[in-house]
Order: sequence, then structure tokens, then C-alpha cells
Amino acid sequence: MSDKAEIFVFWPLAVLLVGTAGGVLVARNPVYAAMSLVGAFFCMAGLYLLLTAHLVAFLQILVYAGAIMVLFLFVIMLLSLSDEELGVSRMKAMQAFGALGGIGLLAVLVSAVHVSGDRGMPPVDARFGTVKAVAEVLFRQYLLPFEATSVLLLVAIVGAVIVAKQRV
Amino acid sequence: MVPASYYLSLAAVLFTIGLAGVVTRRNALIVFMCIELMLNAANFTFLAFARMKPDMSGHAIAFFVIAVAAAEAAVGLAIVIAVFRSRGTVNVDEVTAIKDS
Repeated sequence: MSDKAEIFVFWPLAVLLVGTAGGVLVARNPVYAAMSLVGAFFCMAGLYLLLTAHLVAFLQILVYAGAIMVLFLFVIMLLSLSDEELGVSRMKAMQAFGALGGIGLLAVLVSAVHVSGDRGMPPVDARFGTVKAVAEVLFRQYLLPFEATSVLLLVAIVGAVIVAKQRV
Repeated sequence: MVPASYYLSLAAVLFTIGLAGVVTRRNALIVFMCIELMLNAANFTFLAFARMKPDMSGHAIAFFVIAVAAAEAAVGLAIVIAVFRSRGTVNVDEVTAIKDS
């Protein structure tokens, strides 16, 4: 893709991403927050494609926008919270400090990015980010962490069942 | 070509939105969603650096982050259900069972 075209794809996705992420932050109803988050995950998958991370972009849609968000929606429906339980926070001071701290952190991060200089992206070959290339890294260099991940997921499944079950 | 600093700044904005949500929102479900947002921002940074090097290891780390986020969501939501069952609320300010006084 040419440079101009990439910029034209980047900006709409970036604006949509920040907008939907802000929607998660301000939504009063958790269902609206979850829907905003799904939109944010899709925008992020688009940006991953722009970074030539094809496999991770598809995993993002499959795992995040698919599995994790369905889990969230199931729990939201299961709890079926009434309006008074969704009520706004009583601690206004906490919110003010939170917003202030957030802006401070953002300033530090953006200035750090700015100081590190504006490096361009080097060209990559067609294999970069494909399933085959990522699998080669994953199964050669990171085989032990990969196997540990399977144990982690097993422990998480058993833990979730034990914690959520009424009587074990 | 979109410069690397654009991606990194966007990830910083996302991380800050997630952090502000964790600090200011009191609904445990929305707090979890904001944590997912922060994990995603970290993932985004990994991928931006992977593209910058260029080195595929960042993609492998992003894969592990996605797996850990899935495990976290499963266990966390189970805890939310258990807390709601025993206390009838998901407001994190009202869950103070082991607080002194």
C-alpha cells in the first residue's frame, strides 16, 4: 500500500478507536459499554492489519470480539442489574483525581514517544506476520511458554468453574 | 508510511482511557472491560515495535497476552458472579467484607 493510502486508512480507524474506547469509559449501561468495546476491538484489528500483523488481527476478532465479549454479555444478562445498582459513583473527588492522573500519565507517555524520535517503518517481506512465520517463531523460540499457556488456560477453566459454582 | 510514533501515541491514549475507567468507574463489569482495553493497548505497542524492528517475536508475545487476557476474563467474571451471589451487588465500593471497622 502506498504511504498516502495508509494514512487515509489510519486516521478514520484511529478516531473511531478512540471514540469507541471513550464510549466504554462513559457508558452508563454495561451493555452499551460492551458494544462499544466490540467496536473498539474491530478498529484495533484493522490497525493490526495496517501493522502487517495478519494472524494477530484475526485472533483479535476471534478471541476478543468473539469469545471474551460473548462471555461479558452472558454475565451482564445473567446479573440483569436494575437501574439503582447501576447508579453513579458517590466519590466525585476520586473521579477528579482519576481524570487528573490519567491526563498526567498521557502527557508523560506522549512526551516519551515524542522524545524517542520519529522513526519510519522499514519495509518487510511478504512473509511478515503470516500464520506460517508466526508459527515458526512460536514453536521454535517460544515453545515452553506456549505449553505453559495451555496449563494456564486449564487452570483458569477449573478455577472459573469452582468459583462460580454454588456448591462444589 | 504511518510513522511509529503515531501508533505508540494512539496506544498511550488507549491505555490512559482504560486506566481512567479502572480508577473512576465503580461497576465491576466495566472495570474489567477497561482492563481489557489496557491489555489491548499493551498488545498494540508490542505489534508496533515488532513492525519497527522488524522482529516477529512481538507477535508471539501478543499471542500470549491474548491468552492471558482470556484466562483473566474467565476467572474475573466468575468472581463477579460469586460476589453478586453472596452480596447482591457489583459495585466495587460496596464489597468491603474484610475491611477494618
